[in-house]
Amino acid sequence: MAGIAPPAGLLRPGHPFLSDGVDFGDVVLAVVIAVIGFVLCLVSTMLMVWFERKVVSRLQNRIGPNVAGPFGLFQTLADGIKLFFKEDLIPSRADRFVFQLAPYLSLIPAFLTFTLVPIAGDFSGDGDGSSTLFGRTFFWQVADVPVGILFFLAMSSLGIYGVMLAGWSSGSKYPLLGSIRASAQAISYEAALGLSLAAVLVVSGALSTHDLVLSQASSITRWHVVATGFLPFVVFLISGTAELNRPPFDLVEAEQELVGGFHTEYSSIRFALFFLAEFMNTVTMGGIIVTLFFGGPAPFFDLPFVDVPGSWFTGFLLFFVKLLVFLFVFVWFRATLPRLRYDQLMDLGWKVLIPVSLAWLMILGGIRIARNGDLGATGDSVGDTAVVLAFAIGGLILGGLLVTKAVANARAERLDRAGLVLVAAPPPATEAPVHADGGHH
Amino acid sequence: MVFVVAAAIILGGAVGVIFKNNPVHAALSLIASFFGVAVLFVVQQAHFLALVQVVVYAGAIVVLFLFVIMLLGVDRTENIKAEPLTYQRPAALVGALALFGFILAGLFLSGPGGEDGAVALTGQSAAMVPRLADDVSAETSGAGNTGTGNTDTSNIVELGHDLLTRNVLAFQATALLLTIATVGAVVLVRNEGAEDLVVDEPGTSIE
Repeated sequence: MAGIAPPAGLLRPGHPFLSDGVDFGDVVLAVVIAVIGFVLCLVSTMLMVWFERKVVSRLQNRIGPNVAGPFGLFQTLADGIKLFFKEDLIPSRADRFVFQLAPYLSLIPAFLTFTLVPIAGDFSGDGDGSSTLFGRTFFWQVADVPVGILFFLAMSSLGIYGVMLAGWSSGSKYPLLGSIRASAQAISYEAALGLSLAAVLVVSGALSTHDLVLSQASSITRWHVVATGFLPFVVFLISGTAELNRPPFDLVEAEQELVGGFHTEYSSIRFALFFLAEFMNTVTMGGIIVTLFFGGPAPFFDLPFVDVPGSWFTGFLLFFVKLLVFLFVFVWFRATLPRLRYDQLMDLGWKVLIPVSLAWLMILGGIRIARNGDLGATGDSVGDTAVVLAFAIGGLILGGLLVTKAVANARAERLDRAGLVLVAAPPPATEAPVHADGGHH
Repeated sequence: MVFVVAAAIILGGAVGVIFKNNPVHAALSLIASFFGVAVLFVVQQAHFLALVQVVVYAGAIVVLFLFVIMLLGVDRTENIKAEPLTYQRPAALVGALALFGFILAGLFLSGPGGEDGAVALTGQSAAMVPRLADDVSAETSGAGNTGTGNTDTSNIVELGHDLLTRNVLAFQATALLLTIATVGAVVLVRNEGAEDLVVDEPGTSIE
């Protein structure tokens, strides 16, 4: 039975794990990969905390952690140890069972999402990303689920339970407010997240993360960020940040308003678990973005020096560099952008991101049908594509005009009912002296 | 083995939904039950259905339940002894028993092995079943599966094709129904003549 594994991924229907004939080596390999994945996830989370603190410090003209270890690298470790030795409090009005359950509900989806991300492998040329070590063939990801990307959606929608239940079970007001905001935000942005994902699926025709990387290999024009026309990537990045509850979408734990939001009542190791889940989610979201839109470990084009058989490490380096870019972007967001107000958050989600990604998805679908020659409008796939594009542009212009008109009408009517009239906004020059004389310092 | 564990989770969750006094605990039991169903779907190679089960039901609908529970602050023990309709309980019992009896009769009385009964109950032709079995056998033989093909997603392809050709009318009707429900909800909660809504409008002044 040794060496039975074909170069297909783990946990695919064709894999010996699911048919009969699982030998001991397969099981050991699966366990080893899972353990390595978990350790890698924890270590990268630890480094992410350090990275974020360091970069935010530099962006704010501070130095940041610099005492524990070289460049303050061990600061996170020290904080973690400290948290583990703190007293663990459960509020007297808390729902004890749910209160203790919530941190794990947050952490487990965070790690399960990480299992989807292919972190290394040779995707250049004919490489299919598999590697063979010790006579066993495997992929550089913990699990290649056949419906991979949907699994990501499922986990991201389950991750919200930890936050919601934590806030509810704490039995106090601020956490409850935080978790109500969290659930509203999750529901709103999940739709945009799913729609921008669907655009990727329409273009690539693949669901598993490994196939997604394969379909983007060896050419920068096949990267989905280009192939889907950039817009789904922007929508995904924004709604992904919202799903992470990271600034500027961190209303869930807005310190100035809600103390700590959903984790106000948490201390010690339970708080540490929330913290861990949050940063693990950030790393994973970066990895998912890289996998979905930037080719994961696949090289940009067939470079001669990466086209070495079995050069999985090149794939890892490429993945790492791409990941680092997005992690920096997340930190950059946090250091730069002010938090959205609640109504702005809802407006952005429902009135901008969802309509835009829905329209884009339909256009992409139309183009796809035309390219396959299934439309049959002009008898030529290029002509069909032109027809689809013309309809799309016409529809967008018409729809945009209608929406603008409708919004203007509704606003005029509302103002009319309230007895208000529109006046021109006062020129900004009248406001400037008020700040300039600085009477209220 | 997997079936036994999943079935136990489903039944345990279902019982929890009914007997927990706290609505939030009941919702959690509901999630457990949904997970059991998702596991059963995975066992039967219906990965897509399993994920939809988790994304839609566990991920969105129960979140909405919890949202409403938290927002309205109804998370306290309800008085379940109240009976708004007379003879509500006996009627429910009779109805449940009758439904259970019909399902059992459908399964065991029609056709050998109960397969026709299952088809009659679900309204599905058995066309998809042998197709799936073929796929599985083709994949387990390992031939032609190089990791690039869509063999493992043919299940989803089949489902999508079925949904948008043969069952397109039902599909569209469902979509329309949901849209009508949403529009109806918006109309119902719309507060006509609420004049204090516009105080924050930018660029306005009171005449």
